[in-house]
Amino acid sequence: MKTTETTFDEPKIPGHPRRIDTFAVTHSQGEPEPGDAIAETAQFQPYTVPERIQRDHDLHDRQPAAVHRPPAFAEASAGKPSTVHRNSMLRIVKYVLYDILQNRIVIGYTLFLLAVSLGLFNLSDDPTKGLVSLLNIALIVTPLVSIVFATIHFYNSYEFIELLAAQPIRRSVIVWSQFFGLALALTLAVLIGIGVPVAIYAPNATGLSLLVAAVGLSVVFVSVALLASVATRDKAKGIGVALLLWFYFALLYDALVLFLMFAFADYPLEKAMLAFVSLNPIDLARVVVLLQMDISALMGYTGALFREFLGTGWGIAFATAVLLLWASVPMLLAVRIFRRKDL
Amino acid sequence: MLESTHLTKSFGKMKALDGVSVRMNAGQAISLVGPNGSGKTTFLKCLLGLVIPDSGDIVLNGAHILGGWDYRRHIGYMPQIGRYPDNMRVGQVFDMVKEIRRGAFEHLDDDLMRAFEVEKFAHKTMRTLSGGTRQKVSACLAFLFDPAVLILDEPTAGLDPVSSEILKEKVLSEKAKGKLILVTSHILSDLDELTTDVMYIIEGKLQFYQPIEQLKARTGEEKLNRALAQVMKQNAAA
Repeated sequence: MKTTETTFDEPKIPGHPRRIDTFAVTHSQGEPEPGDAIAETAQFQPYTVPERIQRDHDLHDRQPAAVHRPPAFAEASAGKPSTVHRNSMLRIVKYVLYDILQNRIVIGYTLFLLAVSLGLFNLSDDPTKGLVSLLNIALIVTPLVSIVFATIHFYNSYEFIELLAAQPIRRSVIVWSQFFGLALALTLAVLIGIGVPVAIYAPNATGLSLLVAAVGLSVVFVSVALLASVATRDKAKGIGVALLLWFYFALLYDALVLFLMFAFADYPLEKAMLAFVSLNPIDLARVVVLLQMDISALMGYTGALFREFLGTGWGIAFATAVLLLWASVPMLLAVRIFRRKDL
Repeated sequence: MLESTHLTKSFGKMKALDGVSVRMNAGQAISLVGPNGSGKTTFLKCLLGLVIPDSGDIVLNGAHILGGWDYRRHIGYMPQIGRYPDNMRVGQVFDMVKEIRRGAFEHLDDDLMRAFEVEKFAHKTMRTLSGGTRQKVSACLAFLFDPAVLILDEPTAGLDPVSSEILKEKVLSEKAKGKLILVTSHILSDLDELTTDVMYIIEGKLQFYQPIEQLKARTGEEKLNRALAQVMKQNAAA
């Protein structure tokens, strides 16, 4: 007991480990035995010690010997891996979906899409005209609803996320299950709201490409929304950022590209246009669907180039790959940020 | 069993934790004491991985836990303010957590659920619950999976006297089973009853960490609150 007395009267040096050292001696009777129930059930995932922490431990070696040295990681992680993570994603996605379907906004959105689609197809006898009008609506509305709904839902689920973060689950599983829950719900809405009318009035390749584009854009903008909400702590700010992003992709970007084309009208910009289109998922979706409609002749020389490249099977594969990148890269960034976020 | 070394965390310019190094063993019940905003909750959240420390290390049962997740199966956490999905019913919250932790626990300990008569309000949605009832839900969840480490952040705040006694009884019986228990509270008489050791934190720095009996002997006081008051006075003088 004398040791602790001495420690207390010593000048206090922040973080000086000697205080624990002496304490560890007085308390060593509480150390669990090797055959302890806790020690046996313990199963830890492997984790490489960051260099910085390793350095801290090296510092410790210079201190008196009582500092506890953790065993090498191979020993600590021995035993079969946990069974928790295997199904935890599915279990959580189920609760996320349940929560989304409860608040009825997605149902309202489905009915809205259904009403608009049916209305546009019934306006004229030519289903292609209906498709063109529907394309314009879908390219504006699906990204907007996806990004705003996903952002609001993420902030409203903050309690749920906090609760999950204290459970034995990976942080990444928490974000990915939000993503899958939201993407599934919004995809379902598009499949019913746009898919059903298209299947009735325009069951062709163009209709299918429009449907795929709408689903793809929904997923892409859920991904962008999660990145925005993970990166900003404040709800109002997060929603503001989401709206700005939508505004940028849906409206501003085209204006910027037009401005560039105008400014550099003397140069051959056709190839550059392909790159510009790929940098905006909405534009990419629009071009691919328009190419299916056989009206790309209206787009001039650039249109011909698009046709040559994006109109082929390879072009479709390229467009799909770019959309997949647009869906995955923001999510991967979001997971990265969320893993180091303080809750 | 659980050890932190040089744990440091800043929020902007404010240092919430400043080189906290402690070693905690099974069978100890430790009070975390300190003024508001002294870093107690931050320390507990670091142990849970809810807050990521800037530097330092945490070792549980011989394994580094920073960046890990599976170790949380050994920890039961009762947050200061229990926040739950508003639309969920109480019963659903329990079902969900059980489902998520399926395969990660040996057996369920529903002593508290029975003592608090959770069944009586299991059909209510979380939104409609009073602060105290929420605390009951948090407490039940913390003890439900019979974890080896219990982290209780202001456990008795908001509980009525009867429930508060039930919870304290439960803490004492878990302590007797040889678990490691960490409690923060501003009700020092509770801590006096429940805990064996006291950890005093000011502005993120560990001031002292020793058995309550020693602290009392050193200060010549019989009660924890008076002993702490004296230490604080000494600190102010020094």
